Amino acid sequence: MSMSYPSDYLYSKDHEWLRVDGDTCVLGITEYAQEELGEIVFVDLPEEGDRFSAADEVGTIESVKAVAEVYTPVSGEVVEVNSALEDEPELVNDDPHGDGWLVKLRMGDKGELDGLMSAEKYEEFLSSGEE
Amino acid sequence: MAKNDSSKGPDGLTHRLLSTGALDLQEMLEAIGVDSVDRLFECLGDLALDRPFDLPGPLSDGELREYFQRLDAMNRVPGRDMVSFLGAGAYRHDVPSAVDHLLLRGEFLTVYTPYQPEVTQGTLQAIFEFQTLVSLLTGLDVANASLYEGASAFTEAVLMADRIQKKRKKVVVSRTIHPQYRAVLRSYAKNLDLEIVEIGWDARGATDAEALAAAVDEETICVAVQSPNYFGVVEGWQTAAEVAHEHGALSIAVVAEALSLALLESPGAAGCDIAVGEGQSFGLPLSFGGPYLGFLATRDKHKRAMPGRLAGQTVDSEGERAWVLTLSTREQHIRREKATSNICTNQALCALGATIYLSLYGKRGLRRLAEVNLQRAAALRRRLVETDGLSAAFDGPVFNELTVRSAEPVARVLRDLEEAGVLAGVPLGPDYPELEDCFLMAVTEANPPADVDRLLRALEERTHHQEPAAV
Repeated sequence: MSMSYPSDYLYSKDHEWLRVDGDTCVLGITEYAQEELGEIVFVDLPEEGDRFSAADEVGTIESVKAVAEVYTPVSGEVVEVNSALEDEPELVNDDPHGDGWLVKLRMGDKGELDGLMSAEKYEEFLSSGEE
Repeated sequence: MAKNDSSKGPDGLTHRLLSTGALDLQEMLEAIGVDSVDRLFECLGDLALDRPFDLPGPLSDGELREYFQRLDAMNRVPGRDMVSFLGAGAYRHDVPSAVDHLLLRGEFLTVYTPYQPEVTQGTLQAIFEFQTLVSLLTGLDVANASLYEGASAFTEAVLMADRIQKKRKKVVVSRTIHPQYRAVLRSYAKNLDLEIVEIGWDARGATDAEALAAAVDEETICVAVQSPNYFGVVEGWQTAAEVAHEHGALSIAVVAEALSLALLESPGAAGCDIAVGEGQSFGLPLSFGGPYLGFLATRDKHKRAMPGRLAGQTVDSEGERAWVLTLSTREQHIRREKATSNICTNQALCALGATIYLSLYGKRGLRRLAEVNLQRAAALRRRLVETDGLSAAFDGPVFNELTVRSAEPVARVLRDLEEAGVLAGVPLGPDYPELEDCFLMAVTEANPPADVDRLLRALEERTHHQEPAAV
């Protein structure tokens, strides 16, 4: 399962990824996370304008076998949500690092990014069996 | 040693149905190193009972039956020994014998909740049929199966609306909703960040539309209105639903007399988002208040925010129709503390009873039954003019219950009538001090016109009785 984890993304131990673009970032769940969840049937997302602190729950992902909370590794305000997931939650399975993104945040404190892993570190983390 | 060894029968032998005989007790005390049972209760101090229990000895099967028959003969049973017009959220309807006959079959009676759902296809099918019936009656897309009773179902509906409207805080409820339903909501809300605003009523006995419109704003989670309301008035939900939607709030329809759904506009047709209520009228006996049956239905888009169990229809690997528990991810056994509700059971047997009842009547039969209720209430209202001192308190239309105003103190009138064998109604004063001179009267198909004759006669006799004193 040598799925490619984009090298320009940052990763959390909770299996979320972030793509940073200036003051904003896009958040999604990783290939590993979608694989673990199985067939996703519903994604519950926040509303634009909602504000979160780091480690807050920003949404939930429901698969045929479980429900998982999605946490944001950074604080910020929601500027956009992936509304395509309303009708096509399976996008998270099909393209977790691309079309299956969840929310776009305006970050409160870029310093919070320091605690995240690079793709290389995340893959090490996965193979270490600590996840 | 225990002072009363009631485990021994009159013959002095240890009773085989009582688990602890004298020897067992001795053995248990020795095992824990205590010399008497009383020692175990010493910690109670002065609170401990200082004499033996005053209990009679054991009875044989026959003696026990006789004992309870004697007790039963002391009851004055509505419909048998007394005429009853009691309602107020619990309605005496005729229950076809087939309901209990089918319900008490072991296959249904002994299964509780489907812990291993796939192998209990019959139970799941029954639950699915119940949901379908509730969905048809409420005019909404999806119904659960089920909740405990009307009061907690109402509260669950408010909590559900709160889940959907994450950021809002205000809950607007009409004071014409059953007072016990509102009391349960207040108990839940005490430890939640909810502000409950209650709205009064107008001359029709319906929710004050102006006050309602003034109370609803962008902070409002939901607007809840009952129809027929606690005063018996059919107020409909449409106005409240429109006001709610203007401000992006949800509209909750509350139903305490489910039979009305067979005749009146459905919550779905009135534009409501959630319909919730009490299903006792569908074949469940009054039984001192339970077990009853809460129901909840909503629009498809809100189904994931629903509490309670949901059975779904699907096809198995061979393409045959089959049933499963669906959207279980909302429930406690999967979501733990984040479940949509702590209701982790369903009223399966009560729901099945309602399903059998509704199937027996069918769509037309149920409508006809509702018409009979409506006609009987209208007849009662007309005949109140024959009375000296009773009148309808409100102008609004009614279904099978109405608020009656009494010229004389309500408690005295009700007591006198009760002595004459007529349970005339439920006083409103305890819940509504401003309606101290009013009481509720319900009439169903179980109240033949002769019941009203008897009420009027009792009232008349009472007046004659009092005349000498009044002079």
